[in-house]
Amino acid sequence: MYVSVRDRPGSATDTDPARPVGRVAATVFLLGVVSLLTDVSSEMVNAVLPLYLTATMGMGLIAYGFVDGLYQGVSGLVRIAGGYLGDLRAQPKWIATLGYGLSAVTRLAMLPAHGFAAITGVVTADRLGKGLRTAPRDALIADATDPAMLGRAFGVHRTLDTVGAAIGPVLAFALLWAVPGGYSSIWVVSFAFAVVGVAVLVLFVPNRRTAPAANRVSGRELVRAMVGRNMRRPLVAAALLGLLTVGDGFLYLALERRDNFAAQWFPLLYVGTNVAYLILAVPLGRLADRFGRARVLVGGHVVLVLVYLSGALPAIGPLWTVVTLALLGTFYAATDGVLPALISPLVPAAARGTGIAAAQTVQVFARFASSVAFGGLWVAMGPRNGLFLVAGLLAAALPVAAWLVWPADRAARSAS
Amino acid sequence: MRLRLLILGAIVAVAVLGATGYVVYSSHRATPAPTSSVATTNVASVVGVPHLVFRDTALGSGYGQIAMVPLSDPSGPRATVPHSCDRLDSKAGLTLCLHANRGLVTTYSVDYLSPQWTVLHTVPLPGLPSRGRVSSDGTLTATTTFVYGDSYNNPGQFSTRTVVAHPDGSTVADIESFRLLVDGRPNTAADRNLWGVTFGSDDDTFYATAATGGKTYLVKGTLSGRTLTALRTDVECPSLSPDGTRIAFKRHGDLAHGQWHLAVYDLTTGKETLLAENRSVDDQVVWLDDHTIIYGIPARTSSGAASSDVWAVPADGSGTPKILVPDAWSPAVVRP
Repeated sequence: MYVSVRDRPGSATDTDPARPVGRVAATVFLLGVVSLLTDVSSEMVNAVLPLYLTATMGMGLIAYGFVDGLYQGVSGLVRIAGGYLGDLRAQPKWIATLGYGLSAVTRLAMLPAHGFAAITGVVTADRLGKGLRTAPRDALIADATDPAMLGRAFGVHRTLDTVGAAIGPVLAFALLWAVPGGYSSIWVVSFAFAVVGVAVLVLFVPNRRTAPAANRVSGRELVRAMVGRNMRRPLVAAALLGLLTVGDGFLYLALERRDNFAAQWFPLLYVGTNVAYLILAVPLGRLADRFGRARVLVGGHVVLVLVYLSGALPAIGPLWTVVTLALLGTFYAATDGVLPALISPLVPAAARGTGIAAAQTVQVFARFASSVAFGGLWVAMGPRNGLFLVAGLLAAALPVAAWLVWPADRAARSAS
Repeated sequence: MRLRLLILGAIVAVAVLGATGYVVYSSHRATPAPTSSVATTNVASVVGVPHLVFRDTALGSGYGQIAMVPLSDPSGPRATVPHSCDRLDSKAGLTLCLHANRGLVTTYSVDYLSPQWTVLHTVPLPGLPSRGRVSSDGTLTATTTFVYGDSYNNPGQFSTRTVVAHPDGSTVADIESFRLLVDGRPNTAADRNLWGVTFGSDDDTFYATAATGGKTYLVKGTLSGRTLTALRTDVECPSLSPDGTRIAFKRHGDLAHGQWHLAVYDLTTGKETLLAENRSVDDQVVWLDDHTIIYGIPARTSSGAASSDVWAVPADGSGTPKILVPDAWSPAVVRP
């Protein structure tokens, strides 16, 4: 699911009950629909990719780790570029369309792709599309919305997005049930959804209404938003935690190895995690606002340690896997959006997008390294010992990460 | 605006029809073809002559099912029986078939099959099936399963259960409860595991592997005496020769973790001979006759799907390995 690098956070007014409740702009709703359709498309593929690559295509675990790392990290190369290009020519709609269209085409490219180089190319193109479109799309949402309702607008968009992410794996499961081993059906149906998503975007979403805002930031301020003194410690923390985050794909492959359930049930692992996330996202977000984002971020990673342990220990019964998924969903609910929320107060408002993009870029690059490394660990010592090792390292790194983000959180709380 | 809605409607219609059409088409294509990818023959022509019974791993309709070929033409047409097994053994008309029932929760069971390939009994297994043997007169069976779904690639971290049973499914013994003597002294360690039973011809004696304290041993035991005596270290998955004088096994030696080399241990002279197969073999081998060992080696087809072949190598350490039956696994030799 890799949720953490999808969205902007809501603003602080998100949880303020006294704010007038109005409807979000039609543009926001339409973009939500586009994201829903696109997420159905991409999560269908994402939910079956680990098993397809390792079991059906016979890819080794180190090679899979590289592909998984690409999946997580490539978007980092173009996120900042995507935002900047959209801003530069005041045409965010077309940059976003380019990104969505590129990803759509790659679905069809999965059909003939057999072999490591082809798969790598397809994953890279898809994730480049994703990185390119995220910031312009967020800019479109922000432009169409009354500043006082930004939190709500992003919240609505995220909800539609997540609904799509929940439907995708269920659809993949249904297709595998109907057509055993029918991975090509999944690629084709995924392409169909992506095409309709692009059509909605092109036909119905208006381009930016106003010219770029007058309150431009200087280049120096932009650079400072990325690597300034305020940002360094949180960025290091993001890198450290990202490095010790085993990707969902590997975790689910380890579960499959332990419990040996049939391939068609694999996509439902993603659904299980999504459901837990959906239930807990808002409550834990509120908890972060009240008790401190650093605490919830660190707490979420404590839960991640438990996830690794529960994935590595022998299963006590068939429900054990459900426990693992529930814990993983809790981790995402506790940490998704918290890092950007931690970063936001540290940079000037006009450079906020850049600051968040920087933090997310560091995070995805760290996760790329983590995926490649975990592939090596799996081959060297097996999935169970690998998970134990990462759990131990993460537990040891948590105090360091806490120390790194504490000042940022305290500064934010004293400023608010 | 109307125009845009129409365009969207058209795109949605094309997408839905196209995708649905493709799914229907590929679900028809996925129906198993009436023929296998290898030549087939009928069962009756094979069972009357000396033949091999094995798990068919050829792509096509017979994948995973029981198949047989005559010893006179092992790479030729095979006869299949519509019954799936992950591991099997067959002697004197009794076939032992261990298999997984994959679903949301995967369970495992062992079927006892009659000479007509009907299921006599089904007994649930507590874990992943690993080894299965039938005694030469078909009156005793042994199965080894891994509990907790772990494999013995991680010594000290798995648990086996090895049960000797009658063809009617009733248990004769759980050999892990037998007395284990190592160097003449009883071993009562809790970490011991036993696997890979091979029967002697008297329906009482058997050999197996015992592991305890990080070491593996060849053990010899009797069902009547309920005792196991360690004979030798570093002998895994033993297989007794038809003349009862030699044990073929996989030897870990100095190899890397999870790798074994095939060898033969002569019970009378005490001599150990490494076989000419240089690849790592993780299988309980079978004696084709008193001079030849057969075993399975995993392979990949050109499209990348998992497969395997049954290879043969001389038992005296000479010669070179050759494929005996392509696209096969878990062979058993039947001489009616």
